[in-house]
Amino acid sequence: MSDFFFFFFYCSSHQARTHVSYELKDDVAVIRLNDPTSKVNTLSVQMQSELSEVMGEIWSNGAVKSAVLISSKPGCFIAGADINMIQACKTSEEVTHLSQEGQKMFEKIEKSPIPVVAAINGSCLGGGLEVGLPGAFDMMLTGRNIRADKAKKMGLVHQLVDPLGPGLKPAEERTIEYLEEVAVGLAKGIANKKVALTKEKGLMQKLQDTVMGLGPVKQKIYKTVSEKVQKQTKGLYPAPVKIIECIKTGVEQGREAGYLAEAENFGKLAVTPESKALIGLYQGQVICKKNRFGTPEKEVKKLAILGAGLMGAGIAQVSIDKGLNTILKDTAVEGISRGEDQVYKGLNTKVKKKALTSFERDAILSNLSAQIDYTGFDSADMVIEAVFEDINIKHKVLKEIEAIIPPHCIFASNTSALPIKDIAAASKRPEKVIGMHYFSPVDKMQLLEIITTDKTSKDTLASAVSVGLKQGKIIIVVGDGPGFYTTRCLAPMLAEAVRVLQEGTGPKKLDTLTTSFGFPVGAATLADEVGIDVAAHVAEDLGKAFGSRFGGGNVEVLKTMVENGFKGRKSGKGCFIYGKGKKEKSVNSDAEEILQKYKLSAPPSVSSDSDIQHRLVSRFVNEAVLCLQEGILTNPVEGDIGAVFGLGFPPCLGGPFRFVDSFGAEKLVSMMRRFEDVYGNQFTPCQLLLDHAKDPSKKFHK
Amino acid sequence: MASMLLNSMRTCPVIFEFSDVSVQTKSKKTLARPSVKNIVLVEGVRTPFLMSGTTYVSSFHWGLLHKTGIPKDAVDYIIYGTVIQEVKTSNVAREAALGAGFSDKIPAHTVTMACISSNQAMTSAVGMIAAGQCDAVVAGGVEFMSDVPIRHSRKMRKTMLSLNKAKTLGQRLGLIGSIRLAHLAPELPAVAEFSTAETMGHSADRLAAAFGVSRVEQDEFALRSHTLAKKAQDAGLLKDVISFKVPGRDIVSKDNGIRPSSMEQMAKLKPAFIKPHGTVTAANSSFLTDGASAVLIMSEEKALAMGYKPKAYLRDFVYVSQDPKDQLLLGPTYSTPKVLERAGLTMDDIDVFEFHEAFAGQIMANLKAMDSDWFAQTYMGRKSKVGTPPTEKFNLWGGSLSLGHPFGATGCRLVTTVAHRLQKEGGQYGLVAACAAGGQGHAMVIEAYPQ
Repeated sequence: MSDFFFFFFYCSSHQARTHVSYELKDDVAVIRLNDPTSKVNTLSVQMQSELSEVMGEIWSNGAVKSAVLISSKPGCFIAGADINMIQACKTSEEVTHLSQEGQKMFEKIEKSPIPVVAAINGSCLGGGLEVGLPGAFDMMLTGRNIRADKAKKMGLVHQLVDPLGPGLKPAEERTIEYLEEVAVGLAKGIANKKVALTKEKGLMQKLQDTVMGLGPVKQKIYKTVSEKVQKQTKGLYPAPVKIIECIKTGVEQGREAGYLAEAENFGKLAVTPESKALIGLYQGQVICKKNRFGTPEKEVKKLAILGAGLMGAGIAQVSIDKGLNTILKDTAVEGISRGEDQVYKGLNTKVKKKALTSFERDAILSNLSAQIDYTGFDSADMVIEAVFEDINIKHKVLKEIEAIIPPHCIFASNTSALPIKDIAAASKRPEKVIGMHYFSPVDKMQLLEIITTDKTSKDTLASAVSVGLKQGKIIIVVGDGPGFYTTRCLAPMLAEAVRVLQEGTGPKKLDTLTTSFGFPVGAATLADEVGIDVAAHVAEDLGKAFGSRFGGGNVEVLKTMVENGFKGRKSGKGCFIYGKGKKEKSVNSDAEEILQKYKLSAPPSVSSDSDIQHRLVSRFVNEAVLCLQEGILTNPVEGDIGAVFGLGFPPCLGGPFRFVDSFGAEKLVSMMRRFEDVYGNQFTPCQLLLDHAKDPSKKFHK
Repeated sequence: MASMLLNSMRTCPVIFEFSDVSVQTKSKKTLARPSVKNIVLVEGVRTPFLMSGTTYVSSFHWGLLHKTGIPKDAVDYIIYGTVIQEVKTSNVAREAALGAGFSDKIPAHTVTMACISSNQAMTSAVGMIAAGQCDAVVAGGVEFMSDVPIRHSRKMRKTMLSLNKAKTLGQRLGLIGSIRLAHLAPELPAVAEFSTAETMGHSADRLAAAFGVSRVEQDEFALRSHTLAKKAQDAGLLKDVISFKVPGRDIVSKDNGIRPSSMEQMAKLKPAFIKPHGTVTAANSSFLTDGASAVLIMSEEKALAMGYKPKAYLRDFVYVSQDPKDQLLLGPTYSTPKVLERAGLTMDDIDVFEFHEAFAGQIMANLKAMDSDWFAQTYMGRKSKVGTPPTEKFNLWGGSLSLGHPFGATGCRLVTTVAHRLQKEGGQYGLVAACAAGGQGHAMVIEAYPQ
């Protein structure tokens, strides 16, 4: 009874606590984390201080023999540090201080005089020096998610509790309750020594520990990991290197030194431009994963896709996988057979990675109906066409479809360059026509660019966004025009890439130059991935629309390659030669011969490695800024998100707009003027960029 | 074993006498409907249920032929339920019928629906009689867990099948050379859901946890089942059990899985599926069992014309299905209100309840679900709960936990037990309900035959 009163007394005297509360269950203190202001718990200042306070009270209470730390939020223990908290810091010292406070709290919990059981339901920040060396590296460096069963194998957690189905309460609620019951039982068991936490190490484990403990072996591990990090980050991301440094310090010089190194480095990293860029992307992505356009009048439940090619099948895969009934239509049986194979393979890869069971795969596939006729289109809620990029074919298809589909059905075009208003010109109901530009491969690329014309209705837009979100996409909504936003930015860069190739830089060298700037895929490889034929098509179309500004490389280079069958990866040959089982792709010497034929001399004043990189990037960036100036883009956030998630603009730079902010508009403009002197109007900075160059206080991001 | 049952079915006495009918049937309205044929249960028998591995009973096809009560051609059809099928006798109903000396002119087919396979056999029979296609059907179920088919691994099977097709010595040697030690590992049939790969015990443990069923509640229920079964066995109430002779061994005449223990003993067991914090143990689960059961179902007219005294009417029945992951074993919860509605009855009208006890935790979870308005409204789309069966009417002669659970054979045992209990206790209506793998369930209303 006295325990009860004691607890009651404490509760009433701490009304001010909002994030952390606790209650006594016999001699177990159950501490509940619940940030009332957010859907997830973060390690905010408030959370940390309240937790410290509560822990203090519990430790000073002799009646408490053990404690359970649990979140009241279904599916989230602690999502991580509070990004806003880090962002609010002005100096690295401030961040270091925050980090040290966090460390202190964790250390206190670790050294707790009574056993503390963390009952984790859902996402949880991981990590710790105690974990085996290689395992810890793997997890901390890639930020990879670890499934619960894997975490148990790695020794991160001691016991797994299965989620429950519905009972006398909603499943989520009961699962948390059950987790708490099990955790309380375990805490009691540990406190009265009925449950042993450490297992006798097996021979293999002992052997492994001994080997890992050897100096040369450790050095070798650091070296291997460092090399791997260098190769993957090209030195553009400072964090992984610092993490290795911290671990090394911790292992070699002891925990205290390790913690200090961690806090200091964390502080330094938090104020780097890379950190700002990545936080910006995170926040932008959160914005682009919301439907700002309201709930559509009619939910899309049945989707029809025209064209079972790479794009069509890809769209089908991400749709059926979310439970949308999907028709995949092509004109020939061979076409749908290939398309169905692609969908199957895509899902089966998930089965192989154990993200799906084979049963779930089959159940998902049952949502797909592949066919060569228009059966079922009369009850479709949305049609997405992914047929050949030819305005006449698009018109023909649109007319055929409109004769069958119900009045509410939306017609979306997955075109990468044709203006939607041109396509809608053939429509009887242009308010139902919209552009949904997916990126290849659809199941991997997160971006969806939605294009509206001035006739597109609000509800059509809301519907398209809702379908895109269901498909798991990050969405930007842009205005209509040739190439919209993404293709329009990419085209000048690719035109420049072709010129660079013509000037004698080989495809491999071009790839290295672009990847070392931070692009995940090199420019030559990107052209192969997009398809040389598509690139030629787009270059020609946009060239017509925008004139000489989109010039640079000779379109004939691409056309000749296509004539020779070098359409890129899909045809096995492009700038490179692709084949099964080949790890190292080799340069296509026939393509090099074509380049030889169109050879240009490289002007030495603008052909250094750095100049080539900036020629490519500045054309991209200038076009992006011009899109904002012209109102194709409504804001710089969507511009950055579209460039990074759709085109692979270097994430460490945060997108073209953040790049202008951090690189400096003035510096960029003067660089472009230098290129302009050699190449002409392709490098003329747009007005908005000039405005920013003139007034350094102007920034795209606050 | 199945054929032996069919034998006894053929030899069953024309009038089954009950010596100790002590209670008179309450006078309630009958469920007979003018447009629906009356279908009756004439007789129900079963082998003793034996824990798997205790007696080897697989080669049970002796040709013991008795003078029959039923003319060889009076049975129109034979239906058997089974779960784990032998490759060699995939239509076990036909083999059993032939082995028992039934006329080879009687067609037989086998049905499968997990733990409610013999329920499916019975209702199929009811359907055939109701449709006027048959007058007398033998329905039953059989399961041999002691002799389940164990397959070669997939890779080995593939190699062996290819070997059949290989034409040259070189091809054969190549195939044989491709066999690795790992390929020789056999594949055991698992009591796991195909769709979720979760074993049934694991699901039962999660279900019990979801409904907050404690370990003690489960152990208490299991103990009750064993205690009641022992009492019924000792009192000679399990009249459906017939003895049989295992070649070279003693005659088996009793279920051998009944073992009333104590709460202390049961508390010592460690959880069998979810470790270490689970609540389902070997003692509060039904065990792997060998056994067979059979019933003779007829149209009332035919039974009376042949001079039989039926035991009960088989009335309304339903099958239900739900989420195989989180509601795998909630069949009774879903089927009970549905079948009662069909029959125009309420829980209060039912005198005898026989529910299949897969796990004590499963039964307790079902009882809690049936008692929850929230569950009925949220998951079943019903206005209110159906209510729970009163303990004093529920599984009074033991259940699957204690008597055993040969998957394919349990349904006939339940129906026969209801008929016998109605006669013994003098009730009018009985309710059978069961869950099955795949998230399916079944319930049937049985009405006592006027005595």
